Amino acid sequence: MQKLGFILKRLLKAVAVLFAIVVLNFFLIRAAPGDPAQVMAGEAGAADAKFIEQLREQFGLDKPLHEQLAIYVGDIVTLDLGWSYRQNEPVSKLVFERLPATLLLTGTAFVISIALGLLFGAIAARRVGTLTDTAVTSFALIFYATPLFWVALMAILLFSVVLGWLPAYGMETVGAHLTGLAYAADVAEHLVLPALTLGLFFMAVYARLTRSSMLEVADMDFVKTARAKGVAPGRITRVHVLRNAVLPVITLAGIQAGQLVGGAVLTETVFAWPGIGRLMYDALFQRDYNLLLGIFFVSSAMVLLFNLITDVVYTFIDPRIELK
Amino acid sequence: MGGTATMAGDQTLLQVEGLSIALPRGAERAHAVEDISFTLNRNEILCVVGESGSGKSMTANAIMGLLPLPHVRPVAGRIVFEGEDLLTKSEAELRRLRGSRVGMIFQEPMTALNPLMTIGRQIGEVFDAHGRIDRRERRRLIMKLLADVGLPDPEVLIDTHPFRLSGGQRQRVMIAMALALEPAMLIADEPTTALDVTTQAQILDLIRSLQASRHMGVMFITHDFGVVAEIADRVAVMQTGKIVELGPAGQVLNDPQHPYTRRLIGAVPQFAPPERPAPAGEILLNVEGLKKTYTTSRGLFVKKREVAAARDITFEIRRGETLGLVGESGSGKSTVGRCLVRLLDTDGGHIRFRDLDFASLRGEALRAQRRHIQMVFQDPYASLNPRQKVGRIIAQGPRAIGVPEAQATARARELLELVGLGAAAAERYPHEFSGGQRQRIGIARALALDPELLVADEPVSALDVSVQAQVLDLLDDIKQRLNLAMLFITHDLRVAAQICDRMAVMRLGEIVEYGPTHRVFNDPQHPYTRDLLAAVPGRDWTIPEVALQDGSPPA
Repeated sequence: MQKLGFILKRLLKAVAVLFAIVVLNFFLIRAAPGDPAQVMAGEAGAADAKFIEQLREQFGLDKPLHEQLAIYVGDIVTLDLGWSYRQNEPVSKLVFERLPATLLLTGTAFVISIALGLLFGAIAARRVGTLTDTAVTSFALIFYATPLFWVALMAILLFSVVLGWLPAYGMETVGAHLTGLAYAADVAEHLVLPALTLGLFFMAVYARLTRSSMLEVADMDFVKTARAKGVAPGRITRVHVLRNAVLPVITLAGIQAGQLVGGAVLTETVFAWPGIGRLMYDALFQRDYNLLLGIFFVSSAMVLLFNLITDVVYTFIDPRIELK
Repeated sequence: MGGTATMAGDQTLLQVEGLSIALPRGAERAHAVEDISFTLNRNEILCVVGESGSGKSMTANAIMGLLPLPHVRPVAGRIVFEGEDLLTKSEAELRRLRGSRVGMIFQEPMTALNPLMTIGRQIGEVFDAHGRIDRRERRRLIMKLLADVGLPDPEVLIDTHPFRLSGGQRQRVMIAMALALEPAMLIADEPTTALDVTTQAQILDLIRSLQASRHMGVMFITHDFGVVAEIADRVAVMQTGKIVELGPAGQVLNDPQHPYTRRLIGAVPQFAPPERPAPAGEILLNVEGLKKTYTTSRGLFVKKREVAAARDITFEIRRGETLGLVGESGSGKSTVGRCLVRLLDTDGGHIRFRDLDFASLRGEALRAQRRHIQMVFQDPYASLNPRQKVGRIIAQGPRAIGVPEAQATARARELLELVGLGAAAAERYPHEFSGGQRQRIGIARALALDPELLVADEPVSALDVSVQAQVLDLLDDIKQRLNLAMLFITHDLRVAAQICDRMAVMRLGEIVEYGPTHRVFNDPQHPYTRDLLAAVPGRDWTIPEVALQDGSPPA
């Protein structure tokens, strides 16, 4: 019951923050130089006075500011994110078309990074000071320090160009028109390189964090208590050390999960992955303001959503959270 | 005390013979423990006493097989427990003994329990580690254990996480856990050191009664001779890895033979405060109705919570006088000290220092007057900047108020002489000094601004007893020589008895008793003061003459 109240409070907070972001977005358009109607007219490629007047009326720009804000918020609530004049399509359609591709890529990378990060971090911590430890930490450091796009390019060169094992770009084989399982296999094949490249980068962070966090926890008094109770070493690592050490990892994962939508611009660009990152990249170059704002809104909503999920996960793992 | 020693019988439970434990190369000595031998019988409490670094915890860990191998390992001797040498056993065999035949409890109850597991699951782990047991039966046993160690509402507590429990309650849980499988031996490593004095008395009682009802052998490690007097049947005194004296408690406490034992016992502050003349100096500090309330910041949906750390605190200190501010943790005594040096702003009341309204000074005016009230902090390790030379640390205050560099440095060297470290210490870094020496540096730092009032917040509670006596003597000596006034904040009534002219007893933010130390000790008015005094371990034990003659530490 207490937990439900906690989650409800967090949800209300998230909605409040989302509202603030929408308002900020609204004023961001106003901050753009010139009259929005003129900007729109310019974007539409026609700038005569009558057209601008028509636009003003059509979009309610002749109304007082607070009414305009109300209309804007109302539209956002119904997921109407405006019109992209460059692509001549509704922004929401563009964004939600691309969202699944991005979520597939970043979600896979996220799972890979956490699973491998925890695994390697735990192995390094259990064998601290040995060759295994050194190997894991160096491996992690190399992946963390090397620029992502360079790793991506090298991966393409090696696995696609030289070895020819995996496709180099895109999400599906062009013109193949596959369906069912064959389609899924095709997408999976395309997914391997970008997901691994992105995943290994974050894996490095998780591995290092898990390792240092486990070493810190292993020195704590309650671990000694467990040993004094006669608990077996494997169980001590799993139940006492890992569970406590995973708390900072969850915090970091929550922060990273929030960036899942916007954070893969580089990877998506290099691998020509048809996701939000690419869309944002294109929108930026084409000065497609409406589309950019739409992407801003969707990615900030994602950040909030994942923060909320992290908070909820935390309450299940750490009983002390409800007090705060 | 002592009396049960003869009744303990001669059934040997544990026999340690010629045990040596090697330290890694580069440590301050080759062996943590060197050639020690002692026995522990069934149904007795053996106290192992010593200062930090004496090797007493190492010995306990060696018996439990909990040494940080391979860096620290036993290199000679035998540890025979119930007829078998533990040093020849494999890790798996030792694991079967731990928790079942030998239980152990530790110093820090706040961190000794896993914060993410319920109390019931943590105790249940002991049963699981040593064989299967039916779940309902296990739950029943756990609840019985919780009741046995005097915890209220076992049926609620069993599903509770540790963070909801106080330190004393957590130590009871630890005891329940250690005793779950009715071990023949309990090793208690400073189990009451981190507890308040009234809680300590309860835990000592509990250990004593459980030991007697289960006929256990208890190896009780402590640095506190008061605790020894309270609980020991026999005593082993350790000094830098060796046992220097071993015997029945009555004999060691009242007729110590070894010079080191005499010195240690002689350094224990006498529980009886001497009668002191009423202070005659003029009133330097007058605190009236001081209030301080802590408020947690209120969030969007979180109600703010208020804790009154100090309410209506009134006292005065005269020049040349030491006023003790005594209380348990959370009583608000440190808050009052911090308000006086203006590290905290007050929420009400007056602090009159000479003719200044000290609490309402702001900005430049405060900066100019700050020097008159200075503070000595509790932790000698954390309170000195490790990256600055000692001379620089001490000269920092004077330089900040515009004293020329050369003059400030010269003064720093003078002060280091005064606190007994020698002027050359100015060129060294804090990490080159021991805890006691660092506290001397802290005192020199406080004196650098020629204050008239010194606020000492638990200045000796992090120190070993022999060092503690020296630092107390130094503070007393300096107070007299420089005619200072001192507010001495402590939780330790023995220390208060030794150094304070008058004392104020605090509880939950209020002063419940206020008067000359001698009067408060001999004729306490408030029930809480009586509880506090009754809880001091070893209060009935009088420190023997022979220790006082021999043991007076070098000034």
